[in-house]
Amino acid sequence: MVLASCSATEGGDGDGGTGATGGAELTQVRLQLQWLTQGQFAGYFAAQDQGYFADEGLDVEIIESGGDIVPQDALANGEVDYAIAWVPKVLGSIEQGANVTNVAQIFERSGTLQISMADSGVTSVADFAGRRVGSWGFGNEWEIFAALSQEGLTVDDIELVTQGFDMLAFLAGDIDAAQAMTYNEYAQVLESVNPDTGELYQPEDLNVIDYNEVGSAMLQDAIWADTERLANDEAYQGTTVAFLRAVIKGWVFAQDNPEEAATIVTNAGSTLGASHQLWMTNETNKLIWPSTNGIGLIDQAAWDRTVSLAMQTQNETGSTLITTEPPDTAFNMEYIQQALDELEQDGLDVRGQDFTPLEVELAEGGN
Amino acid sequence: MSERAAATRVAARSADPSVTLVPPPRPAGRRGRARMALMGVLGVLATAVLWELYKVVVPDDGVLMAGVRVLPRTSDIAMPHTWEMVARLFEPVTRAAGADPLWLAILSAAGFSLGIAAIGWVIGVVVGLALALLMQRFSLAESGVLPWVVLSQTVPLIALAPLVRNWGSKLQVGPISWENWMSVAVIASYLAFFPVAVGALRGLQSPDAIHTDLLRSYAASWRQTMVRLRLPASVPYLLPALRLAAANAVIGTVVAEVSIGLKGGIGRMILEFAQSAGGDPPKSWGPIFGAVLLGLLAAGSVALLGVGLRRYRRGEELA
Repeated sequence: MVLASCSATEGGDGDGGTGATGGAELTQVRLQLQWLTQGQFAGYFAAQDQGYFADEGLDVEIIESGGDIVPQDALANGEVDYAIAWVPKVLGSIEQGANVTNVAQIFERSGTLQISMADSGVTSVADFAGRRVGSWGFGNEWEIFAALSQEGLTVDDIELVTQGFDMLAFLAGDIDAAQAMTYNEYAQVLESVNPDTGELYQPEDLNVIDYNEVGSAMLQDAIWADTERLANDEAYQGTTVAFLRAVIKGWVFAQDNPEEAATIVTNAGSTLGASHQLWMTNETNKLIWPSTNGIGLIDQAAWDRTVSLAMQTQNETGSTLITTEPPDTAFNMEYIQQALDELEQDGLDVRGQDFTPLEVELAEGGN
Repeated sequence: MSERAAATRVAARSADPSVTLVPPPRPAGRRGRARMALMGVLGVLATAVLWELYKVVVPDDGVLMAGVRVLPRTSDIAMPHTWEMVARLFEPVTRAAGADPLWLAILSAAGFSLGIAAIGWVIGVVVGLALALLMQRFSLAESGVLPWVVLSQTVPLIALAPLVRNWGSKLQVGPISWENWMSVAVIASYLAFFPVAVGALRGLQSPDAIHTDLLRSYAASWRQTMVRLRLPASVPYLLPALRLAAANAVIGTVVAEVSIGLKGGIGRMILEFAQSAGGDPPKSWGPIFGAVLLGLLAAGSVALLGVGLRRYRRGEELA
């Protein structure tokens, strides 16, 4: 219902790209997100709202995820055509038999942090020893474990605490170092009142450990496609390029118009507060832009690091995420390359080297 | 014991409709109803007073015994003041222009969930009754099906939800394709059919041999025995089962919404608002009130059903 109302601005975009429209029937495409509608996925909703999908001859249904829906499984089961998911989680699924391919690595950087209170004395991964370290689990924990093993620590050296969807346990002091995405949970803390000051928590009240700096960052949001169909279905190959073109344009739009993109996401049915939504869109932009090679192109070194961490890092039961190298079909940059080339010919900046993020001020409760 | 005696009495009455025993309980008069409403309001107020009292008595950090927290925290984040929670209901959901007041958003989400729960309840009741009839008719079916009915409730929802969605996505009947809300309704019905199947079976089997023998001596058919004896006798067992089914359908709906990620209902709202639990604590309590309301509405609807079936309820302990 909400999505239907979004197409009002359709055609607002002038360049039209190389898409095949002209009254032909639209190709139905189902995209599975990995969580609820929120700024993290602003580019896809912007592509929908700005009519970029329609320009490419696509009728895209963006499907939210819930607590128990695994995007790559939905894709492998043929429920959807494309899925957004973190690379390490999907590597695990591929080893279990899911036949899916990374066709665009949208996030270049990891958004995972471990945050602690400034007075906690936890300022580095080495300080995790003997402390209560939070994680959501469900495949979100591998960067923590990889960081531990880099420091010569194991899971036995910390007290691993399972985090909920909120930051209450951290705020109450039950967790010394909590897992937080730059674009979500970190902001949740900054939207809360610090009882010591009566004001909102400030960045200086917190120690932030960034896994990109620690060196255990793994690749996150990527677009996954059905390997089998990529190999045998010519229409799907064409759809994939068209879909990626629209997605790139969506993310470029989010880069250039973060405020509008945040509003689009809210109109698409997100109940996040306005300042939280904008913060999330802005932080997500930072994970994408500037893009070293052009948005969606995988950095081989980052891929190799993700794979080797996935093979070496042991979890609390002593097992690793994967045991062998993933197959060659695990990623295929052919389609995103084609999409990038075509858009660059049209004069679109797909690297965003001049990207300057906003300074978003969070309101209490994110409202 | 008393239950059995009660069932016997019911069966006796139902078996011979010409005998009229105790008249049905008189509906509460206007004064009685006002009293009940007053008690309801007092109950809510008492809960609020208890809440605030607990906040006053127990320290912010709760009570720890040997390192284990035996009484939960009472900080304003963990337990916002009741008046803050109520006041929050009348503020908009977010600062965004045109945002609804929170109470309205909660009501519409509760209405959405109630609709799905009702569909799930109806499917569950139909399936449960059908199974009960089948099991009553054929003892082979009872020994063959009943264990599976019981076993079905041990499947965790976390495993069930993706399966149902996956199966559903493969279904397409004409122009109607499977929607996510249907998966949620199916899961709700999956939780709802169980008490109905078990309760109805017990009810259908409740008439004593003496009564079934009597009907047999009249050469009554299975259907006649069912309509004249077994169905009326099953009502006192069925109504609590229907109430349980309603509660299960509501829980199933709320949990499956979270599990599958269906937009629009109370379950999703609880999940969405959890992220403001630190920054806007009263907001995250809003959908919980909605869930309570949902449960009350569901239970109330079944109670209405009970009024319609009053004639057959004489053996039942009225709740």
